[in-house]
Amino acid sequence: MGLKQNLHNLKEKYKGTKMAPAFNAIHTFLYLPNEVTHGGTHIKAADDLKRTMNTVITALIPILIFGMFNAGYQHYAAIDPSLRTNVLANFFTFDNLWIGIIKVLPLVIVSYGVGLIVEFIFAVIKGHEVEEGYLVTGMLVPLIVPVDTPLWMLSVAVVFGVVIGKEVFGGTGMNILNPALTIRAFLFFAYPTWMSGDKVWVYDAVERAGTADAISGETILGSYAQGQEVIYSNWDKFMGFIPGSVGETSTLLILLGAAFLIFTKIGSWRIIVSTFMGAAVMGLIFNQVVAADIITESSKFYGLMNTPFWEHLMIGGLAFGAVYMATDPVTASQTNKGKWIYGFLIGFLSIMIRVFNPAYPEGVFLAILLMNVFAPTIDHYVVQGNVKRRMKRLKAKTA
Amino acid sequence: MGLLSKKDAKLITDPLADNNPITIQVLGICSALAITAELKASLVMGIAVLFVLGVGNVVISLMRNIIPSKIRIIVQLIVVASLVIIVDQVLKAFAYELSKTLSVFIGLIITNCIIMGRFEAFALGNGPWKSFLDGIGNALGYAVILLIVGFFRELLGSGTLFGIPVLGDPIEKTGLYATGYENNGFMLMPPMALIIVGLIIWVQRSRNKALIED
Repeated sequence: MGLKQNLHNLKEKYKGTKMAPAFNAIHTFLYLPNEVTHGGTHIKAADDLKRTMNTVITALIPILIFGMFNAGYQHYAAIDPSLRTNVLANFFTFDNLWIGIIKVLPLVIVSYGVGLIVEFIFAVIKGHEVEEGYLVTGMLVPLIVPVDTPLWMLSVAVVFGVVIGKEVFGGTGMNILNPALTIRAFLFFAYPTWMSGDKVWVYDAVERAGTADAISGETILGSYAQGQEVIYSNWDKFMGFIPGSVGETSTLLILLGAAFLIFTKIGSWRIIVSTFMGAAVMGLIFNQVVAADIITESSKFYGLMNTPFWEHLMIGGLAFGAVYMATDPVTASQTNKGKWIYGFLIGFLSIMIRVFNPAYPEGVFLAILLMNVFAPTIDHYVVQGNVKRRMKRLKAKTA
Repeated sequence: MGLLSKKDAKLITDPLADNNPITIQVLGICSALAITAELKASLVMGIAVLFVLGVGNVVISLMRNIIPSKIRIIVQLIVVASLVIIVDQVLKAFAYELSKTLSVFIGLIITNCIIMGRFEAFALGNGPWKSFLDGIGNALGYAVILLIVGFFRELLGSGTLFGIPVLGDPIEKTGLYATGYENNGFMLMPPMALIIVGLIIWVQRSRNKALIED
């Protein structure tokens, strides 16, 4: 008797009891359910919610693996800067991967473990099936936090994010805010010392602070905000050999993931493109402001305003946010025109918050959360605009 | 129940739970967000509202037959304002530090909707004894929520209760802090008070389904 049969028997045994959703979830996660629809004709499509979620996870796997190598690379490169001269030779080493395994994998395990426990508890209490929504959130969360985030903080934030960000609204598909970003925002506001500064992005830097072996790794945005020179080349920035949250660094891999999502029609290309456009426009405006000498070098905004607009697109979390966060079909705008507006404003506001935020030189997660709130409003006006235009056409015809 | 008849007792107990001014009527939210970062401030605010609402309800109730209805709002405002000034002066005289933390929010008791709401809805139509009980009841219901929110915010946000460290010293890393625990800065911000009030509403309504409105 195979595992599938065992699971099926378990499921039958618990059918109708309170624990049924929990067993159903395990069963249908691993195998196709035995039930088929009866009667009626249906549109047949292979991509159910689970397939959608798995596609996004597939697109995230390369980024996770890269992030694991990068966790180790940033650690060793902070100790011995000469490693940076020949990145490719020193990047894909087992030592680097090992640090990734002991630092990044626990983040993934805690994120999934805690989040799924919360989901199972809610499914059992409310008596509905376990929803697949957390599959993607659980993978996104470890990718958008600094590598040194303490695991207990992550657990607290995941509980908060899943309960307040999703379950109170009625679960997957009903949430207003992106749960992964709710978790990130909670961490940022609750434990700011662990989410910013020049220590948390590099493994072991917090432990070593104040000793003779002290190391640090400021993010590029942090350096620019303080008006410091950046040692990384544009190649490093694009490839992702830079300090930052686990998964946000490699613009190349994120763009490959974006291509995959657009090809499978899971991610909306309109949102991705318009987010980059919005960011570029805001970046250009700031560049012009600097070029017109309105902001001089003495201003604290000079560093980030003077950053060329195309560089804004590949540093920080903009690319990751645009591809994996803004496109979340639940919290984004639903209409095509709305998607353009929604994405554009995310990019636009991201760069604006990035430059003007005094405490923390990154604004992508705040911009996306803000636009999540406005997405239904945008849709409303797009739909109303359509109605009005068609009414006018109708009137012109009948008149 | 020697002191109070069943009906009178209900005037006090109802606002504590099933007709709570904050969680059910959703009034007085602003002050609940603003001053609950510390338990001490919550307590003082609760007492201040208790005084203002208890006395104010009696005063309005006594005058209810001679207040012309056209200018009743102004009369009510004058009563609240006088009482709030008394509270403010007492605090400044005997607890100056605290009155500085509460700053403008003592003065803003005037705008607390619970007070005007009780004047309008109850004191104008009931006798002084009943109005007194109603005022006390509603103020206690308000204070209870303030204390619950204040308890969680101060404990998780600063690791203290009434200013006394209970979880150890965050700088010396003693007690719970030795294990790597840290204070939650989000708790000290007003949005968290809103979320805690929301959670209380959630718990309350899932325990008593009759409170859920469509």
